[in-house]
Amino acid sequence: MSALGVLFRREVSLAWGNGGGPLLAVGFLAAALTLFPLALGPAPGPLAAVAAGVAWVVLALATLLTLERLFERDFEDGALDLLALGAPPLEAVCAVKCLASWLVNGAPLALAAPLAAIALGEPARAAPLIFATALLGGLAFAFVGGAGAALALASRRGGLLTAVIVLPLIIPPVIFGGAAIAAYTGGLEWRTGLALLAAYALAAAALTPFAMAAACRNALG
Amino acid sequence: MIAAVRLRDLGLERGARVLFTGLSAQVAAGEALAVTGANGAGKTSLLRAVAGLLRPSQGEILFEGPADASEARHAHLHLLGHQDGLKGARTACEELLFQARWSGAGVDGALAAAERLGLTRQLSLEVRRLSAGQKRRLALARLVASPRALWLLDEPLAPLDAPGRALMGEVMAEHLAAGGLIMAAVHDPLPIAARVLEIAA
Repeated sequence: MSALGVLFRREVSLAWGNGGGPLLAVGFLAAALTLFPLALGPAPGPLAAVAAGVAWVVLALATLLTLERLFERDFEDGALDLLALGAPPLEAVCAVKCLASWLVNGAPLALAAPLAAIALGEPARAAPLIFATALLGGLAFAFVGGAGAALALASRRGGLLTAVIVLPLIIPPVIFGGAAIAAYTGGLEWRTGLALLAAYALAAAALTPFAMAAACRNALG
Repeated sequence: MIAAVRLRDLGLERGARVLFTGLSAQVAAGEALAVTGANGAGKTSLLRAVAGLLRPSQGEILFEGPADASEARHAHLHLLGHQDGLKGARTACEELLFQARWSGAGVDGALAAAERLGLTRQLSLEVRRLSAGQKRRLALARLVASPRALWLLDEPLAPLDAPGRALMGEVMAEHLAAGGLIMAAVHDPLPIAARVLEIAA
């Protein structure tokens, strides 16, 4: 098996085993969404109006929590040296780490997102689209969040710094994804939003590994 | 294979602090270089600069043999820092197999290396249950499993007991006999014949 395949399996196993793995992220999603009916009141009208948007924001936050330590553990225990000196370029290492995180945390979150949105009052027929946007959005979050986590390496307030770096960068996918769902349930043209979301996710996957690798090299040096 | 490593007029800085300047040295195949110096003199930084993780402020590091420095660093050297890079929650076997295969070794080679370093019985344990010396031997198993010419070792003996140090000496002697090179940052003398490079503050 190639070195990157070996790395991918290790990343999946680490993400899966790390303090509850995806269950923790899904649990956070469920708990945070439960707060909204409690805060806004149980009347279905206002809840349904914000359901898609709320589900998206909480999805973004849940993904962010899973990414906080993406590079930090390897940086602290010296494994990042090993990864930086391997045969594959560090850019590929960073991309593999983000992809593994997307698979382990993003995919279960994307499965939970339609349930959450429907529970808040979205129509059930929107479920496939919510799943698709959550999956694509999760890809964008994983790569953008990975860049934030790499930039925050070696700083003492890593978690908070990651959030402050990443939150502005995930505005576009939140807008595109939320708009696609709102357009679909309103009977309008929704493919544009989905296409823009896919474009953003792919651009993030293509470009951020360079930023991540540069940030890691800077932290190691 | 790396035939020799040359440090030419090397200088390193960390932040505003100058660690050393004008350092020149050479290691050829089959030779070991013991880098000594006071705490904070720059021994670890020198090893990291050779590995390409730090940029020297002056001078250059030349590798004879590989096409360029990048190839030398990504295919022909091992860096064993004073951290072992092992994850406490995973088993010794999982971590060894990952580290060895990431460095280009096969499963058989990794298991043979574990046996060579006397770790066969520890492989099923979680890394956090290993002692510091066992962890260090586990990290060393990657070097034995995946043959690369240049070993950069940072305090390789520190957590090892007397039999562990003797074993380490044997492994290092075999590596040199096979045409390898060793640069080790040490406070205690290495268990093999080595030239000494002292970094003065």
